Amino acid sequence: MTVRKNQADLTRAEKRRFVAALLELKRSGRYDEFVDIHNGFIMGDTDHGERVGHRSPSFLPWHRRFLIDFERRLQEVDPSVALPYWDWTVDRTPTASLWAADFLGGTGRTGDGKVMDGAFAETSGSWSINIRVDQRPFLRRALGSGRRGLPTRAEVDAVLAMPVYDASPWNSASSGFRNNLEGWRGADLHNRVHVWVGGQMTTGVSPNDPVFWLHHAFVDKLWADWQARHPRSSYLPVEPTRNVVALNDTMRPWNDVTPADMLDHTPYYTYDG
Amino acid sequence: MPQASRRTVIGVTAGALAGLAAAGPSALAAGLGRAASADGHRPPATDLKPFDEVYRGRRIQGAPTGTAGHHGAHGAHGGHGGHGGQAHDFGYRVTVDGEELHVMRNADGSWISVVNHYETYAEPRALARAAVVELQGAALVPLALA
Repeated sequence: MTVRKNQADLTRAEKRRFVAALLELKRSGRYDEFVDIHNGFIMGDTDHGERVGHRSPSFLPWHRRFLIDFERRLQEVDPSVALPYWDWTVDRTPTASLWAADFLGGTGRTGDGKVMDGAFAETSGSWSINIRVDQRPFLRRALGSGRRGLPTRAEVDAVLAMPVYDASPWNSASSGFRNNLEGWRGADLHNRVHVWVGGQMTTGVSPNDPVFWLHHAFVDKLWADWQARHPRSSYLPVEPTRNVVALNDTMRPWNDVTPADMLDHTPYYTYDG
Repeated sequence: MPQASRRTVIGVTAGALAGLAAAGPSALAAGLGRAASADGHRPPATDLKPFDEVYRGRRIQGAPTGTAGHHGAHGAHGGHGGHGGQAHDFGYRVTVDGEELHVMRNADGSWISVVNHYETYAEPRALARAAVVELQGAALVPLALA
């Protein structure tokens, strides 16, 4: 059974195996398939057109399935690996162990943003950025250089207290839990973390940075936490709704999975706490 | 994952050339395709003024396209909607040193770009300037439909 742990609690061996599995997916080309899919959806999801992966109710089930697929790929390399999650309300500085050379490596250097240490640095020779928006072929970061710090626990709790999952117009203008978690409204949780990391994480090709998976695992955990707090709150919309994925509609690109199928994560994995 | 997608990505890697953001058609990418869906609710961008300036050594230009609210080539690009830089016309075009900066308009009228996709800007000039800061002198990879 897959148990997703807080990254701060991983042993050195667990970190090493997770990193090794990432490098193997990169080497085989499978990693970049996920970057490509994510970029395709984020470029295609629009507020007034069809939207599946972002700025829409299915933001959470879409990324849940996306992470499950990725986790399975990792486990094909090493069955002991699970996706860790990054609780950015606790590990909130560039000096956190998450960014140490034995795990994800640190921030980028001045001038071009290039990450200089760890397995994902250009100098390691095993993490070229192939699906990209500009010509730089190396991993970049600018940890904490933006205008705002990471979201706080109080901000997270305020969003978790929202009883309604989502609301018309079902896009970046919506009220409700999903859009406040995604970040287009309110305190801005998910989006702000992408910006805080900087580099590729601010772009549509954000999965190029392996922290993408740890960030989204925590967002996924927050959805599960919200469900536990609001057992009577349903995914919305339930009824078929133009341009968005209703409870029993299938989601692209899989076309065989609905939000309803993704409401319970426990057949696939559990969280450590 | 379909083999075609992996093969395409590897081919792109080996190519090591510009245009990498467009990884080519694949079975998965085909799954990203969508039918044209005229909605008519896109906020108008034709009222926005053009700009043309040099910011931190980069020439940034923006102008209304005059087609706000239309979907342009939407649905007419072989089902490869994923990288559809040109597939969505938000009524305004931005370039950095002549290369198109893919931009999107949010429901509230604010803007994001392919470079700053998780942070909104009030108008396209601020968005273009933010892209220049983020690019740190690097050139945009042309957005191309496969």
